[in-house]
Amino acid sequence: MALLEVNGLSTSFRTEDGIVQAVEGVSFSVEKGQTIGIVGESGCGKSVTCLTIMGLNPKRNTLSRGEALWKGKDLLTMKPSELRQIRGGEISMIFQDPMTSLNPVHTIGKQLVEAVLLHKDVTKRVARQRALELLKAVGIPKAEGRIDDYPHQFSGGMRQRVMIAMALINDPDLLIADEPTTALDVTTQAQILSLMKRLQEDFGSAIIMITHDLGVVAEVADDVLVMYAANVVEQAEVHDLFHRPQHPYTWGLMGSLPRLDADVERLTQIPGQPPSLLRPPSGCRFHPRCPYVMEVCKTTVPELVPTQRDADHLQRCHLDEETKEREAAKLLAATMAEAAG
Amino acid sequence: MEAATVARTEPKGDELLFVDGVRKYFPVTRGIIFQKEVASVKAVDGVSFSIRPGETLGIVGESGCGKSTLARCIVRLLDSTDGRIVFDGRDVTNLSRAAMRPIRREMTMIFQDPYASLNPRKRVGFIIGEPLVIHGLGSDTEIKRRVQELLEVVGLNPEHYNRFPHEFSGGQRQRIGVARALAVNPKLIVCDEPVSALDVSVQAQILNLLKDLQDDFGLTYIFIAHDLNVVRHISDRVMVMYLGKVAEIASRDVLYREPKHPYTGALLSAVPIANPNIGRQREAIVLEGDVPSPVNPPSGCSFHPRCPRFIEGHCDIEEPPLYSFGSGHVASCHYPLERWPMTPDEMRRAGTRTKQQPEPAEQPEPSEQLPA
Repeated sequence: MALLEVNGLSTSFRTEDGIVQAVEGVSFSVEKGQTIGIVGESGCGKSVTCLTIMGLNPKRNTLSRGEALWKGKDLLTMKPSELRQIRGGEISMIFQDPMTSLNPVHTIGKQLVEAVLLHKDVTKRVARQRALELLKAVGIPKAEGRIDDYPHQFSGGMRQRVMIAMALINDPDLLIADEPTTALDVTTQAQILSLMKRLQEDFGSAIIMITHDLGVVAEVADDVLVMYAANVVEQAEVHDLFHRPQHPYTWGLMGSLPRLDADVERLTQIPGQPPSLLRPPSGCRFHPRCPYVMEVCKTTVPELVPTQRDADHLQRCHLDEETKEREAAKLLAATMAEAAG
Repeated sequence: MEAATVARTEPKGDELLFVDGVRKYFPVTRGIIFQKEVASVKAVDGVSFSIRPGETLGIVGESGCGKSTLARCIVRLLDSTDGRIVFDGRDVTNLSRAAMRPIRREMTMIFQDPYASLNPRKRVGFIIGEPLVIHGLGSDTEIKRRVQELLEVVGLNPEHYNRFPHEFSGGQRQRIGVARALAVNPKLIVCDEPVSALDVSVQAQILNLLKDLQDDFGLTYIFIAHDLNVVRHISDRVMVMYLGKVAEIASRDVLYREPKHPYTGALLSAVPIANPNIGRQREAIVLEGDVPSPVNPPSGCSFHPRCPRFIEGHCDIEEPPLYSFGSGHVASCHYPLERWPMTPDEMRRAGTRTKQQPEPAEQPEPSEQLPA
């Protein structure tokens, strides 16, 4: 049985301007020790997907459908008290901005100890010992001296390490990381990614990695979901996705990425902007920006279906497979020239 | 060894901008009434480079390395503490505000945050036209015509002249920022992280726009970014900064193919590559620790506490000058990288090997070609 199984998850928010459909029909499953990457641009619903799984959306104006089975039990219909036991214990989350997600008026030691005491029946002394252990594990130098410091006394990278320590302190089975390195510099990003990789090997946790950076996905993920305007448009194993992308939006993302590994004179840009989710376009949501748009795209919503070649590679596009194989090959020839040679 | 260093060069006359040993120290004071200067933040500490007309110089470095402060010193939004800035043959380092004003037409700036850099109460037409009004370039109708022309050039609808910034998306706002920078027909545009706040697909639109404008109007760019992919895409030459100093300057292809400074190497190996076959095979050179504080930079080479090739008794005592590696390639390192790519182990081993020979045998030969 999969650790987490998400089926047809949809989330909508009631706003003053109308209903915003933020996530629509997302399904995926996470196995033990696996890393799932969710990639997409701002507002595509990648964060909301995970907030819904964690039950962190505001109750007042949110409507969620579908199911998220955690070890067989649905997180969406669970009692809040049960959910609290799982959240921060078996499932934990790292947020993007470490400055706003740590409490500035408490020492990091106090916050770490609190996380342990909420989930485990241990003494404060044991909890503090555990906190210290984790701070050392995430590579904070002189952890004994720093455990009683306040968040503002740490640099951005160090703060993100504290967040990771807090997320791992109860040995979670699943770690949801929402853009964990976006606010950081490249060398710090490399430190954090290698730390997460090492901790995954040591603790055997599964990871859901939310990011807008295709580079990060390529380096850490096993399976990838590409999201656009609340929908999953492509879902595949990572090598398959990068070497046989099947959706025009994925091509657009890859083509618009300036890269170290190939010379591209001019980036292929995706024209226009992502649509408003208040009034999404009819038919395929990508059609107003798609260079391959056909009549059928404007009226009929494409289904997320497997490709003929590979049942695990799902895509949501009306184009025929032959054209897609040809276009994907063309794109790869242009962007991964050095990689092939 | 001193012979291999780059001497203070005089401007040759063919460069658009010549920056010589610029420093910018911000005072750290204590006390309320009798403020006493107790220390200084050495944000930019002796940076020299030059740019030829029509060229794009990329400046990369991590947050706090002084790249934005340097940009602000160049356009005189900040006064530099020391050094010389020569723009188009004129020394602009100490010009008065009045004397500076006509020169400001020739160098403009594009800012990072398209949400914060446009006045939310002004209409787009006014925002773009304001530089023209300030410099007295034309009557109201002429300015309006010019603004509409600019809107079209940057790919916006000229009819949106009367809209407010909040009616535009992030990418469109950045286009407004570009239009404003272009309004006075500048020679040099300093772009301070112009695409960092944008999504990938929109980022590509702005990068393409900047390239097209350069081709059409013969612009010169200083392009500041922390994203090495973006800098590689847009630059002709690249300067890497670390803690207020130049770590390395080279033409784009040379810098990305044969970096000499260990910091450049570490940066390059840390960039995630969007190709699972390549990205996973390669082992990133993970630097230890954080960038030190510029208030109290490390002795000797400021990179030495994090450097895998650190040699005790040399790197922490003697500050490396900029060694020349030919055709304008300079790097400030006593033990430059012999080849690239390197694994983390090779990088460390290379350091120990030279340790046994206190006189580094593989010092680069003094180059006859000084950087242009």
